[in-house]
Amino acid sequence: MRSLKIISAVLVKDLRLEWRNRETLASVCVFGILVVFLFNFAFEPGREESLRQLPGLLWVAFAFAGVLCFNRSFALERENACLEGMVLAPVDPGLVYLGKMLANLIFLSIAQCVIVFATSLWYNFSFVPSLKWFALITFLCTVGYVAVGTTFGAIAANLHMREVMLPVLQFPVALPIFIAGIEASTGALKGDPPSSYMSWIKLAAGIAVIFVVLSYLLFEYVLEE
Amino acid sequence: MPPDTPPHVRAGLELRNVSKYYGDLAALMGAQLRVGPGESILLYGPNGAGKTTLLRLLATLARPSEGEIVFEGRDIRQHAAAAKAAIGFVSHSTFLYGDLTVRENLEFFGTLFALPEPEKKIAAALELFTLGSRVHTPVRKLSRGLQQRVSLARALLHEPTFLLLDEPFTGLDAATVAALETLMRRLPDTGRTVVFSTHDFERGAALARRLVTLEAGRIRYDGPVEGRIQESGFRIQESGRQTTQTPQS
Repeated sequence: MRSLKIISAVLVKDLRLEWRNRETLASVCVFGILVVFLFNFAFEPGREESLRQLPGLLWVAFAFAGVLCFNRSFALERENACLEGMVLAPVDPGLVYLGKMLANLIFLSIAQCVIVFATSLWYNFSFVPSLKWFALITFLCTVGYVAVGTTFGAIAANLHMREVMLPVLQFPVALPIFIAGIEASTGALKGDPPSSYMSWIKLAAGIAVIFVVLSYLLFEYVLEE
Repeated sequence: MPPDTPPHVRAGLELRNVSKYYGDLAALMGAQLRVGPGESILLYGPNGAGKTTLLRLLATLARPSEGEIVFEGRDIRQHAAAAKAAIGFVSHSTFLYGDLTVRENLEFFGTLFALPEPEKKIAAALELFTLGSRVHTPVRKLSRGLQQRVSLARALLHEPTFLLLDEPFTGLDAATVAALETLMRRLPDTGRTVVFSTHDFERGAALARRLVTLEAGRIRYDGPVEGRIQESGFRIQESGRQTTQTPQS
């Protein structure tokens, strides 16, 4: 019960901070929409090409939107050394991690909805027929990506050139998630039977679980000076 | 210390031959310090002497490069939660969220410390530092002095046994300084310990019963405030509680 209180306190705090300034969501959504627009402008794809390009395009947009999101998440903690304030409290650092991870998951999920909506408009492509599977794939991969991004966001927060270091550190680790996401999304958007991309979904789910558990256990060391 | 040592002997924070390095820089070297219950300790020394490092080590914010920190007879890492619950720390940074109001900040930290009757304790802390009229103001909109008051309220919220204060008087007005001084005098009488650093020796010496001076990362003196203490770079003369501080010739 106390664990849930801690997680919800950190989550509510992050949501409240975002509600007050709306900087994370605004920047992440605008950035994602710009990526989609630029790709569309550059390639002007037809329907067949869209099907080939969309999964990759979407995950490029999600990946870079995530970088902005994770950087911003810990920029708020750097101000006045608030992360140290939380370290001073007698709480399991893993719970702080889960609270921040959930907040990032919410922010990135909202941004993904906006990006997908913009994509469907510009590419004149309907996600509705494959929405159920596409949403499941995106959710599982996003959980894995946010799990990694939150951990590396905390690590990068203490580094010089943190904005540069975050993607350099996290993308190699998150690569299997992106591959699983792109492969499974391609199958789902094409309308292939789920059995043909189920192995990618299972891989994404497995990676998400492993990353969440590992990050929960290791966050104590991430927070140390 | 053996595990069957009585609690009143075990109670306390202790640095055992602790050194802290930041790369090649030795911020603290071979520090031996025992902080018992009901003490009032002034950490004094020039900039870069190691005062902040020492306080951060005691506050569990930094891990020693060498040596160990002991809390109630055991390595502080072995029961970090109990140690953290017993320690309050005020640093140069306020640890406060600028976009949250004063009350929201205190509520958040109250939840992290699992305060019983949080409303009552928050109200008491707000009253102690006369923050009642600022309760709904975002911390970002407060002056530096008011932010320091909120930071002090945050550190005292869970009624810590060990209160660690790094330059606590920075930015405070006269009334708040007086309130803080009263508190710092009162706390040791209730068995709580105050360890603080300040560059204002007169004020610090008037509040503390024990003086620890540091220079270049080493503890040079550890003893009663009363008396005449000579440190390299400083000569501190004391007559009762009236002190003067002059560069050493």
